[in-house]
Amino acid sequence: MDALLGEPWTLSPSVALRPEPFGALAYHFGNRKLTFLKRPELVTVVRALAAAPDVRTALETAGVPASQHAAYAAALRGLAATDMIRPRTTVQEAPR
Amino acid sequence: MTLAPERPQTASLVQQFEYGLDAPICLTWELTYACNLECAHCLSSSGRRDPRELSTEQCKAVIDELQRMQVFYVNIGGGEPTIRPDFWELLEYAVNHQVGVKFSTNGVRITPERARFLASPACGGYVDVQISLDGATAEVNDYVRGPGSYDTALRALQNLQDAGFQDAKISVVCTRQNIGQLDEFKALADRYGATLRLTRLRPSGRGADVWDELHPRPAQQRELYDWLMAHTADGEQVLTGDSFFHLAAFGESLPGLNLCGAGRVVCLIDPVGDVYACPFAIHDNFLAGNLLEGGFQQVWQTSPLFQELRSPQTGGACAKCEFYDSCRGGCMAAKFFTGLPLDGPDPECVQGYGEQALGQLGGERVIPPASQDHSKANPTRNQPVMLKLLTRPPVSDCAESPLAGFDPDPRNP
Repeated sequence: MDALLGEPWTLSPSVALRPEPFGALAYHFGNRKLTFLKRPELVTVVRALAAAPDVRTALETAGVPASQHAAYAAALRGLAATDMIRPRTTVQEAPR
Repeated sequence: MTLAPERPQTASLVQQFEYGLDAPICLTWELTYACNLECAHCLSSSGRRDPRELSTEQCKAVIDELQRMQVFYVNIGGGEPTIRPDFWELLEYAVNHQVGVKFSTNGVRITPERARFLASPACGGYVDVQISLDGATAEVNDYVRGPGSYDTALRALQNLQDAGFQDAKISVVCTRQNIGQLDEFKALADRYGATLRLTRLRPSGRGADVWDELHPRPAQQRELYDWLMAHTADGEQVLTGDSFFHLAAFGESLPGLNLCGAGRVVCLIDPVGDVYACPFAIHDNFLAGNLLEGGFQQVWQTSPLFQELRSPQTGGACAKCEFYDSCRGGCMAAKFFTGLPLDGPDPECVQGYGEQALGQLGGERVIPPASQDHSKANPTRNQPVMLKLLTRPPVSDCAESPLAGFDPDPRNP
């Protein structure tokens, strides 16, 4: 299992999520990357990250079954690659 | 979104886009029809300001609405947007309201001082500048954009570079005359620390008048495709504004969405607030409404035209082509302004069906008359002189021969 599941993560402070019928569009005001979250469940997970102690809890909160956790972890890694989400390391990066 | 057709939950992203989004991803906003140049192929037939153009306050209200709709950036064009006296004020207003700006300019107002402003923290790295250049040499560029326009563009690029502005774009409309200059364009971009952006020539606006003479020949399309494949591989940055999806029928798709986004993910706001399906379709047939009536969001979400564009399309004659899934029938505007049916092939279909369709229509082909024209009534010294294009002889008898039609001895057969 991806180590990310046990870590605290958050939406990057410069990212805005725009709801769309298929999920959401994520825009990073810093690097100006545009990404599509293709499932409403993924949007719920991303929004839940900041308040959850770790990623696994955010997935559970969003109702994602354990069998899909690996797939979601991979999707989250993809979002991390363009800094849409990032590890929560300091208290300053508290929930938005 | 009440009128929208039923959207399948499992559809791919491209299919999702075909059903439309709650707000556009790529919005073009032409601020004025006024322009210092008179480019032969101008998409919006620009030249003169329209007296009904949106005021500064109306423009700010549009920006406020775009912020509410989370339209994260707009492509600003014209006309020449920078000759609007409030252009810089609107630019700052947009940036301060989380609406990033990419603007297209011929460079006329990109002075050293303005370049420093664009590079300054006031713009927060939130502004992109695209300098239009349609030839890598003055000869090729000025042929369509008018005398002196090459020097103006290069001066602007120099000013931006000197001011430390990062990553300006050189925006090129690909034509028969400049396809052979792709490497030179790339070298120019490298010289100015800029990124090259190549886009497709559309037969829109004044482009309809010169399309036959300017659009790339079939072999040049292949040359362009091969060049793009070579230069967009391994992450090298050459931008295309997603405009060459008709070339996907050569084989592999180019990076980008590869679909017609008109009214689905793309639209255009013109200087008087009219909303059209795409920047290349400024024509009554593609007019969705005016934002002064009930706001932009209302037009985007409820206009019958946009609902129709978001309904499943049949593909018409193209549906049975094995490449239909690659090119999706090509560009709606290119078909419309060359007089081809919208559910038929693109006029530049790389499988040759477009040329065939144009050939079949022959003399029956009807180019739709323009709905608007802001071209200057009297040409100025900036007008391009496309001398080499006058291949047909002038029509008057007297120019043909001083004695044309005169028979000194009518009795001779």
